[in-house]
Amino acid sequence: MSVKPNVLILRAPGTNCDHETAFAFERAGGNTQSVHINQLLETPAIVNEFQILCLPGGFSYGDDIAAGRILASQLKGDLANVIGEFHASEKLVLGICNGFQVLIKSGFLLPPDEKGLPATLCWNDSGRFVDRWVHLKTDGEKCHFLNGIENLYLPIAHAEGKFVARHESILDALQDNQQLAIKYCNPDGQNGQVVFPHNPNGSQRHVAGLCDTTGRILGLMPHPERHIEPTHHPQWTRQEVGEKGDGLVIFENAIRFFG
Amino acid sequence: MADSQGADASAHNPGKVSVLWQVEIWPDADQPDRLARNILSDARDLGLPETLEVSACRGFLIQGGLDRSQAVEIAESLLVEPVVEQYKIGRCGDSQFGQVDADHPGLFYVLPLPGVTDPQAESALVAIRQLGFPADAVRTFCKYTASELDADQQSVLCNKLLANESIEQVITGPLQLSEIQLGKPYEFALVHVDIIDVDDSQLMEISRDWQLSLTLVEMQTIQQHYTQLARNPTDAELETIAQTWSEHCSHKTLAGRVSYTDENGTRQFDNMLKETIFAATVEIRQELGDRDWCVSVFEDNAGIVKFDDQYNVAFKVETHNRPSALEPYGGANTGIGGVIRDTLGTGLGAKPICSTDVFCFASPDTPLENLPPGVMHPRRIMKGVVAGVRDYGNRMGIPTVNGAVYFDPRYVGNPLVFCGNIGLLPSEKSFKQPLANDLIVSIGGRTGRDGIHGATFSSAELTDASDITSGGAVQIGNAITEKMLMDVLLQARDRNLYNAVTDCGAGGFSSAVGEMGEKIGAEVWLDKAPLKYDGISYTEIWISEAQERMVFSVPEDKWIKFRDLCESESVEATVIGQFKPTGQLTLKYDGLVVADLSMHFMHDGRPPVVRQAVYQPAPVSPIPKTERSSEQSLNDLLAILGSLNVASKHWVIRQYDHEVQGGSVIKPLVGSENDGPGDAAVVRPVLDSQRGLAVSCGMNPYYGDYDPYHMAASAIDEAIRNCVAVGADPDRIAILDNFCWGYTDRPETLGTLVRAALACYDIATIYQCPFISGKDSLNNEFSYTDPSTGERRTISIPATLLISAMGHVSDVGHCVTMDLKTAGNAIYVVGTTGNHLGGSHWSLVHSIQGGEVPTVEPRMAKELYGRLHEAIKGRLVRSCHDLSEGGFAVAVSEMAFAGNLGAEIDLHDELNETSLSPTEYLFSESNSRFLVEIEPGHETAFQALMAEFTRRVGVVKPLDELLILNGDQELLRSPLPDLKSAWQTPLDWD
Repeated sequence: MSVKPNVLILRAPGTNCDHETAFAFERAGGNTQSVHINQLLETPAIVNEFQILCLPGGFSYGDDIAAGRILASQLKGDLANVIGEFHASEKLVLGICNGFQVLIKSGFLLPPDEKGLPATLCWNDSGRFVDRWVHLKTDGEKCHFLNGIENLYLPIAHAEGKFVARHESILDALQDNQQLAIKYCNPDGQNGQVVFPHNPNGSQRHVAGLCDTTGRILGLMPHPERHIEPTHHPQWTRQEVGEKGDGLVIFENAIRFFG
Repeated sequence: MADSQGADASAHNPGKVSVLWQVEIWPDADQPDRLARNILSDARDLGLPETLEVSACRGFLIQGGLDRSQAVEIAESLLVEPVVEQYKIGRCGDSQFGQVDADHPGLFYVLPLPGVTDPQAESALVAIRQLGFPADAVRTFCKYTASELDADQQSVLCNKLLANESIEQVITGPLQLSEIQLGKPYEFALVHVDIIDVDDSQLMEISRDWQLSLTLVEMQTIQQHYTQLARNPTDAELETIAQTWSEHCSHKTLAGRVSYTDENGTRQFDNMLKETIFAATVEIRQELGDRDWCVSVFEDNAGIVKFDDQYNVAFKVETHNRPSALEPYGGANTGIGGVIRDTLGTGLGAKPICSTDVFCFASPDTPLENLPPGVMHPRRIMKGVVAGVRDYGNRMGIPTVNGAVYFDPRYVGNPLVFCGNIGLLPSEKSFKQPLANDLIVSIGGRTGRDGIHGATFSSAELTDASDITSGGAVQIGNAITEKMLMDVLLQARDRNLYNAVTDCGAGGFSSAVGEMGEKIGAEVWLDKAPLKYDGISYTEIWISEAQERMVFSVPEDKWIKFRDLCESESVEATVIGQFKPTGQLTLKYDGLVVADLSMHFMHDGRPPVVRQAVYQPAPVSPIPKTERSSEQSLNDLLAILGSLNVASKHWVIRQYDHEVQGGSVIKPLVGSENDGPGDAAVVRPVLDSQRGLAVSCGMNPYYGDYDPYHMAASAIDEAIRNCVAVGADPDRIAILDNFCWGYTDRPETLGTLVRAALACYDIATIYQCPFISGKDSLNNEFSYTDPSTGERRTISIPATLLISAMGHVSDVGHCVTMDLKTAGNAIYVVGTTGNHLGGSHWSLVHSIQGGEVPTVEPRMAKELYGRLHEAIKGRLVRSCHDLSEGGFAVAVSEMAFAGNLGAEIDLHDELNETSLSPTEYLFSESNSRFLVEIEPGHETAFQALMAEFTRRVGVVKPLDELLILNGDQELLRSPLPDLKSAWQTPLDWD
């Protein structure tokens, strides 16, 4: 029996999914510790005690200015090196919802080129926060968090989750490189023309989640930690649902990576 | 370490000349202009021309010793999203910002008024400083350009649409600011108010001028007190007494003496609430004996009951009506923020686990010309209120799981906003006890001039001038400040770092310290309180209702640990005084005593309020029986499904995060497409436990127009049957009351309230559902001068009683939802249908008066609920839906379209049995009824269990159709999509 991997759940003012995300990692077999951003800024080296860094959902700093912006600015400042080294040493980084917004805006997921960041997450086409369940399909085999997963049924809850790239060619390159790892799909589990509400925010190429070139950083807008129990499934009173929710597999994959 | 100072904090030493930089940011051409789109979607409600064009941009003013390259770096690295946005930067007033094109000559800037909370600016200032730049102050703004309008239209655009003058200012044309004002230094001067030598009319003048909302008798009592002391009160003393004695804080009317007369004679109450609502709880607890599951009721900021062996739960529902009438976003925002602090401040602190929000508005389709002067359009109020709850609740990470919206024209000047919150706390943390010599510690937000006179304001009537005179009572919240406060509070609680905690709500420090120190005495050092800006007087510090502050009673030897914990998460904590065993409340400013009040006089000195209440039952006029064709019945059904109270609230619900915290079991929207109307939400507050809580509510203001007794009884029944419908144990349901009423100085108005309270006692005791907390809001009337006749008019809200219910679910695995599940299953009706069309939605859509209002037979219902719960727990029930607005026809329609399955119903036996006409049966709103779906294999067991309480009425069909028969006569037939569309369309807003 191998040692349980340590998961750092990073908390900032306004982070609010830390508790249930830690619970999901524990359920999957991890050891979790919640760490406040102030503590990490003070002692960046603590990150070396962990194998997985997770940025959970919420509204870091109120999403003031733009979702995830202020925490992203803190990470790419004083913490850029330590997180870069963490990632380079074959470790995993997961950003859920606000955590995805932070990862993309800090440049950890898609490094900036001479014109700046290649893509971002901006306001939903509806202009509003929305909570609803979406059907998802994985794309490519690069991302370690998604091993063996084809389809997922998870809830989204966000106002700024529309994935937009600066240019079509950027999307093509990401597609070719298997980085557009999770896409909104139709209820039958298939891609094709995916319209509102199945693509709930107007994301280009229906992107719901994105991995980096190594497949060891994943950011996604849907909340896997909100579908780990059968009673999380909105249809559980109607139909047979599995003993564990779709989202749990993402956490189990992360733990198994170190198994 | 992050800097927790506000946006207008004291200056850094810049070392360079201070410059005010202006950054304007707008979406790329291929991106939507969200700000402008929102403005235009509201413009129609205000009668602005269809041709109006608006474009918008957001912006920041940044003040500090910054050169241009630094300002550009701030913009590019922090403020602008270059993938989808463009920006301009320059000194404030730079000519590039004033350019307009010929088609859009109007140029308007909207800024928050000085002192109004500006969370974006606060966060931006912290972030800019973290980047290492010497910024002193930040202010946000919005800039709009608009197509040509005449002067009246422009005034509507600016004052009603772009800005709300109670919190924002509009500047027409380019911004020409030289600096962001940081407030002026305060010059201390002790103020006494001369009351001992004045006559009664002058006393009342003082009450009015100081916005004290005190009556003559109360003013005379204060006068006598100070005559005995042979001195005049200071302004701080007078304000403190007014706050403590306000209706909002002391509930003097309902907890006062009432002489009540109705058809049964006259009854004298010494304390009306105590002898009705509280009395019910006391009796229930006595009867339960060892099985009593109440922990702390009507004592603390929220009522506490047991949850399991380890935890208790606290529940509180508050109203925030008046601020929401003036500034819906801020009012609702601070309403939810306030009730969350109530549960945080219950016992030694409960962790908020879910929220419930109920609103009452006039119809959003009200024509502009029908609005009285001085009121905001109900659609704007509704949008603002929903956004306010959304932005605060979602940011706090508390799921909003339950709610309701009611519409009635009489809410036009007084919208009602009920915000509720449930918290979970370890059993041993359920009580608090401040001790003498404990330090008084304030943490969280800073104190500003926000909300001065909120407590006394919420006890006074609104008028068409309120939006001008009461602006100071309106505030904007900052959810993240409260989230940070919550994070440290729960850690400090678990580390035993304090003896007591309470929130700063209405009355601010004055109420919080006054209540905590009531049995001890307290000394407060007002100059120590951290301020948002300079220039705030000692009295303003004391009564400010600035949000996101809580007060702790911290033992001296734990202060350092407490402070360090707060500091580690950038939460400001300040010692502002000490509890001292003097029995006096002493306020000091820079060492000088500015108030010295006896706690005894403050809390027990108020003269009792004595009120008269009368109720005269209205005569019942029967509704004549009518024969309706199948087509007519369908039209009735479609009209009710599309009526605003019944219609789908998905537009509201989906804007709330109802799943954060990971405990969601039954969501507010259920069924095959996740869009059917669930009866109650169920959450699991402890993630590794299967134990759940069901949350629901009941309200029906229309019944109150017939008989407030039956209205109250029906509201309790509805809240409870909603809980039972999803699987809650009817022996473990706690309820809360919120009375929102008109002007209760009028004996007839108070009479309706007392009558409702009597029903609360009668029904709760038989149901054995204890009331654990409550809150009232009186004098909800709106006065204005009719512009056409010059007459003074008053609109009183309908008598409105909200009952909120929280029920226990021993194992969430047995919960059921309301959507039909499988073709071939049987459909049973549970409960008895009577001729109850009075106040029903069928009467409402036909504008018919009269008929009998639904009544409750509590003993029968109690038995029925117990058996139905056994059936649900025994997994005999596949789906269950309560019958409420619109009765049988609406309930069966909702079950069918939510499950996307047809139903064939035959009412032949039911009609024979009840002697009702088909219309009466289909649309009667008799209480304590359900429709349930039973698998064929479980029918015998279900019938045996439910006995006389149930009858089989139909079967689930694979077809896409609802068919209701009387034998071989067709009563109603409709394809499901027609029903669903009628229900979903009315409030399906963009």
